[in-house]
Parts: sequence; C-alpha cells; structure tokens
Amino acid sequence: MTIANSLRSQPDARGHFGIYGGRYVAETLMPPILELEREYEAAKADPAFRAALDDLLAHYVGRPSPLYYAEGLTERLRGSAEAGKGAKIYFKRDELNHTGAHKINNCVGQILLARRMGKTRIIAETGAGQHGVATATVCARFGLPCTIYMGARDVERQSPNVFRMKLLGAEVVAVESGARTLKDAMNEALREWVAHPEDSFYLIGTAAGPHPYPAMVRDFQSVIGEEARAQILEREGRLPDLLVAAIGGGSNAIGLFHPFLDDMDVAMLGVEAAGEGLDGRHAASLAGGRPGILHGNNTYLLQDEDGQITEAHSISAGLDYPGIGPEHGWLKDIGRVEYTAVTDAEALDAFQLLCRSEGIIPALEPAHAIAAVVARARTMDRDRIIIANLCGRGDKDIFTVASALGVAI
Amino acid sequence: MSTAAPDADGRIAAAFAGAAQDGRAALVTFVTAGDGPTPSILDALVDGGADVIELGMPFTDPMADGAAIQAANIRALDAGTRTADILDVVRGFRDRHPDVPLVLMGYANTMLARGADWFAREAAAAGADGVICVDLPPEEQQDLAPALRGAGLHLVRLVAPTTGDARLAQVVGTASGFVYAVAVAGITGTQQATAEAIGAAATRIRAATDLPVAVGFGIRTPDDAARVARVADGVVVGSAIVDIVAKHGALSPSPVRAFVQSLRTGIDTARQETSA
Repeated sequence: MTIANSLRSQPDARGHFGIYGGRYVAETLMPPILELEREYEAAKADPAFRAALDDLLAHYVGRPSPLYYAEGLTERLRGSAEAGKGAKIYFKRDELNHTGAHKINNCVGQILLARRMGKTRIIAETGAGQHGVATATVCARFGLPCTIYMGARDVERQSPNVFRMKLLGAEVVAVESGARTLKDAMNEALREWVAHPEDSFYLIGTAAGPHPYPAMVRDFQSVIGEEARAQILEREGRLPDLLVAAIGGGSNAIGLFHPFLDDMDVAMLGVEAAGEGLDGRHAASLAGGRPGILHGNNTYLLQDEDGQITEAHSISAGLDYPGIGPEHGWLKDIGRVEYTAVTDAEALDAFQLLCRSEGIIPALEPAHAIAAVVARARTMDRDRIIIANLCGRGDKDIFTVASALGVAI
Repeated sequence: MSTAAPDADGRIAAAFAGAAQDGRAALVTFVTAGDGPTPSILDALVDGGADVIELGMPFTDPMADGAAIQAANIRALDAGTRTADILDVVRGFRDRHPDVPLVLMGYANTMLARGADWFAREAAAAGADGVICVDLPPEEQQDLAPALRGAGLHLVRLVAPTTGDARLAQVVGTASGFVYAVAVAGITGTQQATAEAIGAAATRIRAATDLPVAVGFGIRTPDDAARVARVADGVVVGSAIVDIVAKHGALSPSPVRAFVQSLRTGIDTARQETSA
C-alpha cells in the first residue's frame, strides 16, 4: 500500500477532509489558528513533547486501558440468538481512565501544547461535562486558570460534573443563549477566544471546529485505536471484524477508528443519537442533516432550508450536538464507515443490560454504542469479533437515568 | 492594488468618494434584518445621514457577535424572518433608495444554504451591492467569492488587530468595495480601542490597499464616531443602533433617525475641529 492510497492521510494542507473541515472563522481568529497549527506540527515532530505526553498518559491517565472480553454480555446475546450466531464482544475500557472518560486523552495533549506555546489561561466548552472535568483536571495539574462554558440546560442535568469542575478550581459559566446546550457553549467559548487570542488557549473537546482541531484531537484520541489494535492482535492473533463507537462530535469514535482505517477487512459502525426517533427530535446529523458551516468547519449539520441550525435532542448531553466532526462526514461519503442511530429508549435499555450482564455502569454516550452492538452481535457468527469503545462511565448519568425510569432518588 | 472590483464605479465607491469630497468620513450603519420594522428603520438610517447600509442576516449561531446583536438575531428569527424576507427588504430598499449602497452581512451557512450561486444571484437581483461574510476568511473564499464576482457583488473583508502585515496583503488582496477594520480583538459591541490604536490601524491598512477603510466595533457615541472619523474613511456603527431597536421596537425609526443624525454631526465636525 502506498501513502497516497491511505485513508489515514487526511486532512489536506488546508485542513479539508474531502469537502469537509476547513477554517471558517472570523478574521480575528485566523492568525491564532494558523499559529496553533504551526505549533502543533512542531510539537508533533518533537520527541520531548511525545515523551512528556506518553509519560502523562501512562502515569496520570492510567493507560493503556484494558481491552476486556465481555463474556457476560456475549453469552447473554448468544442465548437469544440463532444457533451459531453471537459475535465475541470486547470493550475498550476508556471509562477506566482518570476522570472517567476518553476526554482526558485529548486534554493532556492540548495542555502540553498550551504550555509549550506559553499560553496563560485555558478556555473550553463542555456538553455532558466530561470534557469540562478533564480540562479542569489538567488545568489543576499544571496550575493554569480555566473557564468552562456549559449550556445552562446541561448545567441542570449534569450537576455532579459541574460540582467536580468547581472542586478542581475551574470557573463554570452557564450559557443562557440559544438551546442552552453544547452548541451554545461552543459559541460562547469562541467569543471568549476571539476577545483574548493572545493569552488564551481554546481546548476543544471533540474532533470538530476549525483546522487543526479535528486532526489534532483525532491524533490525541488515536491512542485508543492504537492500543486496541495491538491488544486484539495479542489476545486473538487477528484484527476485529467490527468496531463500534458512539458519536456526538465524534472524538472517541475517530480515536478508535483511525488506526484501523487502512485495514479494509475491519468494518466500522458509528452510532449517532436518534433521540425520540429520526422523525422526531434527535441529534443524528449524518442521518438527518446535510453539509453546512458551523463552529469553524464544513460538516453535516441539523439545519433548515435557510441554513438556520436546528436544535438537537438526546437523553445524552454528550451527544446533544447538531453537528459532527468533519472526518466522519468524509468517511460516510466514501463509505468507509457505516453510520446508524439509536434512540433514547434503546440506549436506556442497553445501559441497564450492561449494568446487569457485566457489572459495568456505562455513560449514556457509550450506551448508544452498546445498543448497536447488541443488534449486530446477534446477527454475526460466533467466531466474529466486535470491539466497542466504552468511552465513559455512568456515574454522572444516574440522575438522568433514574428520572427516565421514573425512579425518585 | 485591489482585485478587479465587480463594480468599481458602483454605489459603494460613489458613497465613499462623495463623503471624501465633503471632507468627511462616510457613515456606515448596521441593523439586523427582521428585528423591528426593518424597511422603516432603513429609511431612518438614510434620513439620518447614513452613507452605507449594512443589513445583518440573522443566524441562530452568531459566533462573532456580542450580546446586543445576538439578541437581535434571536428576535428576528423568533419573528419568523426567512432569507426570502430579507431579500424582499433589500428589493424594497433599492426601489426607495436607488443610490444608497447596501451590503448584506452575516454568516457563511445562511449564505451557502441554497448554494453560493443562488445567493449571489438573488442578492444582486434584489439590489445589494456587496456581502460581508463574517466566518469566511480568504482561505475558504472559493465557496462564495467566485459566485459573488460573477453576480457583480463586492466581497468586503474584515481586517483584525491580530492580522499581521504579511497576512494583511493577502486579506485586502481578496477584498473589494471597502475594507472593514475591526478596531478591537473581540466580538461586536465590545469596548472601543484607543484613538492612537485606531489611527495606527487605519494607516497600516491604507498602506496596503487603495480601497476605503471603515473602522468599526465599539463605536457608540457621536464623540466615538468623531474620533474615528479623523483617521478613517468610514465609521461603522452597529450595536448602538441595534440597542435602540431593542428598546423601542416598532417605534424605533424615529429614535434611530435622531441617533444617526447625531453620529453624522459628530463625523461632519470631526475634521473641522482637527484643522481648527
């Protein structure tokens, strides 16, 4: 295989993944973004940066995360599948990371870059609060002040994470504009960055936004797929047949998928949030949106005919976003990755199934991936292998789940 | 110096040249389409002495705008404003004011939603003179600039305090109509830069282009306008007008006219004071 034929060489020099990606920002932000790109390229080529990152990943984050054979779930599904059916299910246990989700992988990378660039304060957006907690964590670790923008609606439904961020010393700003969720938090963080481009570093939490963020966040999250690839080769002596991951902005999914993109025998399934169903309120921008420009990149968006962004809905605050990382748009269009969508109700069922079959309380985000795994595993032969990314733990979601199940706690 | 402007002798150039002949800066005023009685507000802007109109296209996610214009966008969208309505406003304005230049200002997604060619054709047919696309830097201009050029519309560019000298040449090289100098790094409606900083910015940009240079962001009073008018070819006022619309709603044309008149008085006397 030649480099030119690799699916892993995106984006191009202008930050485009096919027609997606790019740098659609106000002129004030163009110089800071170009500076960030230069600094990131230099850091990537610097062995000392890599060494510092690897050290933090090993000793602070707790990597590598285990690749776990989910025997309880596998056997349970085999019990209700046709004879000979029921694929072997592995979980990449990124919920065991420090702070309880994959978000920290990216935060340790970007905080090292911020320090290298001499930036003196960090700003970030958060949806479910996992990225906010991970950002507040690395800021505490490195003694940098940080301001986290969070939609007021998310502040209400993710109060444990708000308290965590405050414990870690972060300032949390509840954003009251728009739908008061992740997209509005991102607008506000961009406004803050535009006003303080010299001293502030914007630590974006997903593989979206203006170039170089989609590529940079993907690179930092690719540790998930790199580890999983080595681990499955060691455990099974071969590559998996299917990778499954939930998608909001898409950072945990691209982190798992990217190292496998050139392994053409490995199928991939990205799982969007279908909310109340694709004919109702949902957050599935690939299934129900079309390309447009928001938050610095060209990507699939939920929008009306005039290009006004429509509000997303998901029971999972982390998936409640009307866009998606641009590389996913490209991977959908070229057909390399299949995308599907799972409803709130299906995710809730999968959430409970995993609690009881594996003794793992997942976050609502990976519960969407689990729901898709359940559907697929039953139809696949027993000798097939699935790896699903268990990208977050569910402690933060117990109040949301209790409410959805009608339980008062 | 600038690229072949689609309409180099058009209304925008005439407006800046006319103001310069009068020995004053041009007054550029912004309002959000669909926020309040827009046709009457536009008439009030012209009656009050505005030379160039910027008509904001509301967007759900105005990332470069401060609280005042964000709220105006939401009011306009909540009132049901659609792209077709904005084009109707432009058409009506052009009928009533055949000589006053009008520039549509907004975000890329609403301009590209039906395709760049559609937008450029409709905007030109309605009577717009140019476009300011806030989140379309020169690096991405292939999405819109060719269509605008083909339709004879100017692409007005923003220059920021963060725009370095090397980049400045690239930015103004893709501009036509006029150059919009953003006075402060920040969102619309934020604090004003010092007179020295504005003067230095205007001088720097003038050295890089023959296009008129209008300065905006944070200009709220006749005194602010006068200060900028001494050093720039144009003065842009937006949030302060939008605040009046927010306060007076359906009754805003009259106070808007009075406010714009006060801005014009400040501008008209600025250089007389300088030379006195």
